[in-house]
Amino acid sequence: MKLFLSRFARHLFAFLLIACALSTSQAQEASPAAAAPPAEPTVEQRLADLEAYVNNTARTPDVASKIPGPGPGHNAWQMVSTALVIFMTLPGLALFYGGLVRKQNVLSVLAQCMGIAGLVTILWWAIGYSLAFGGGNAFIGDAAYAFLNGVNPGAVGAGYYWISDSMWAMFQLSFAIITPALIIGAIAERMKFISVLVFVALWMFAVYFPFAHMVWSTTGFMSGILNAGAGIKAIDFAGGTVVHMTSGWSALVLCIMLGKRNGFGKAPMPPHSLVLCTVGTGMLWVGWYGFNAGSALGADAIASNAFATTTLAAAIAGFVWGMAEWVLKGHPSVLGFCSGIVAGLVVITPGAGFVSMNSAVIIGVLAGIVPFLAVSYLKKVLGYDDALDTFGVHGVGGTMGAILTGVFADEKINSVVGPLKEGLLVAQLKACALTIVWSVVATVVIAFIVKAVVGLRAAPEVESAGLDTSEHGEEGYIG
Amino acid sequence: MKLIIAIIKPFKLEEVKEGLTSMNIEGMTVTEVKGFGRQKGHVEIYRGSEYTVDFLPKVKIEIAVEDAEVAAAVKVIADKARTGKIGDGKIFVVDLLEAVRIRTGESGESAI
Repeated sequence: MKLFLSRFARHLFAFLLIACALSTSQAQEASPAAAAPPAEPTVEQRLADLEAYVNNTARTPDVASKIPGPGPGHNAWQMVSTALVIFMTLPGLALFYGGLVRKQNVLSVLAQCMGIAGLVTILWWAIGYSLAFGGGNAFIGDAAYAFLNGVNPGAVGAGYYWISDSMWAMFQLSFAIITPALIIGAIAERMKFISVLVFVALWMFAVYFPFAHMVWSTTGFMSGILNAGAGIKAIDFAGGTVVHMTSGWSALVLCIMLGKRNGFGKAPMPPHSLVLCTVGTGMLWVGWYGFNAGSALGADAIASNAFATTTLAAAIAGFVWGMAEWVLKGHPSVLGFCSGIVAGLVVITPGAGFVSMNSAVIIGVLAGIVPFLAVSYLKKVLGYDDALDTFGVHGVGGTMGAILTGVFADEKINSVVGPLKEGLLVAQLKACALTIVWSVVATVVIAFIVKAVVGLRAAPEVESAGLDTSEHGEEGYIG
Repeated sequence: MKLIIAIIKPFKLEEVKEGLTSMNIEGMTVTEVKGFGRQKGHVEIYRGSEYTVDFLPKVKIEIAVEDAEVAAAVKVIADKARTGKIGDGKIFVVDLLEAVRIRTGESGESAI
């Protein structure tokens, strides 16, 4: 009885399968091209879509895919990456910077990080995402996605084929948050909280949203990969220009306009906790995997390469900076290792998914040397009080990283480099020039506006007592 | 009565304390302080900014003793705190006008 049934079942199954194949193939032959809705996919097309998912490539065109939404693997990595980048700001950067200031200002750093996170999120939701990634022109988007209108969690394509549009918006938000937060390093210990918030709000519109648009949107002026008509065909994997150069150069301008801390150069102002600084550094390193590998927009080979290049550059730069200090200054310091690691992470950022692992080693060595020189010698020579070395590490490092990306970008690592390789170094240099000029001019203008409206600097007695008690009514350490 | 104020190197505190308790001086007050005499500070470098740190961590011990015990107490402190290197510290002896034990209300020598 059982044997009979199983044989029957097999025959029945085979019949049904053949009938299915015949009927779908007949349906294909019958359907006309023009007015009909996207055709029902064949089994082969459905299989091709699944393969596209695994390979992080495009679905079969003109077919109603059975998997039109986000692909779980890639979208999960996108979610983790976004969380990691938020982690970079809170508490990674907060602790990294917090440990570097004097005890009486530690809370001001934490409050500025958290205040910026909230403020930028509100702006991003309201209009920022739209200005960055809406259509618009080559320099800024439009208001099509205001209030995240039209951004659907179940839709894909705004970022890449297999990640949720909502996740794309949130991932990009995490970048929008950390970029202005980097600036607070340069103006630490002397800028009023209200001034920081007003400055950041204006800066997002004047600098960040335009740059995110120019470099990463499909209509952007410097979006070499996505925009065939881009004026400058530059590439930036995770934000060398958009994040580090804009914040670094803006920071330099702002700290010069703000002036030096009272007593700078005479009174000692050593970091109050290199322990916190180190904790923050570790968090930045781990979080940076979301920043760089997450910018591959999928859990694929490019992401893996970015993960590897990020690791090599960070570790080697940290080591080189420590060794450089040992040789030139007498001790390898904890602050040196921390600074070197961050410098490595900054410099590899624009090229993480474009350069080979061996190139990353070279980049790491350079990242441990050039920002080190900027911080140890250039700052003293030029005399500006970049309190936590935002310009020295992010400005100088980001610029060098963008240029090195032009040198080391390899189409064998990432095929999108291929058509752009010729003339890439020149394009990168042009992108750097535009970024520097735009950031500097915008910051000068905004700083003057903020100064006129709310002032920039805390009163001298507030500065000497520490910002925490006056601006926030709290002490970081009690007893 | 006298108040002995001794500034010593922090790692010597345990030895000085044991020396004093072995001669039956039971109570003392200890404070962490900073200071310098002839001992030079050191240079610290943070990312290219050099600081000369003049103030060095020290420990201040205050003990109230009867006049008869002063010389012996000073000797014990000096012997235990001495390393022979610059920065060993100093001992000051000041007149103590009055002492009161709060719990019992005793005053004078029976309070110390």
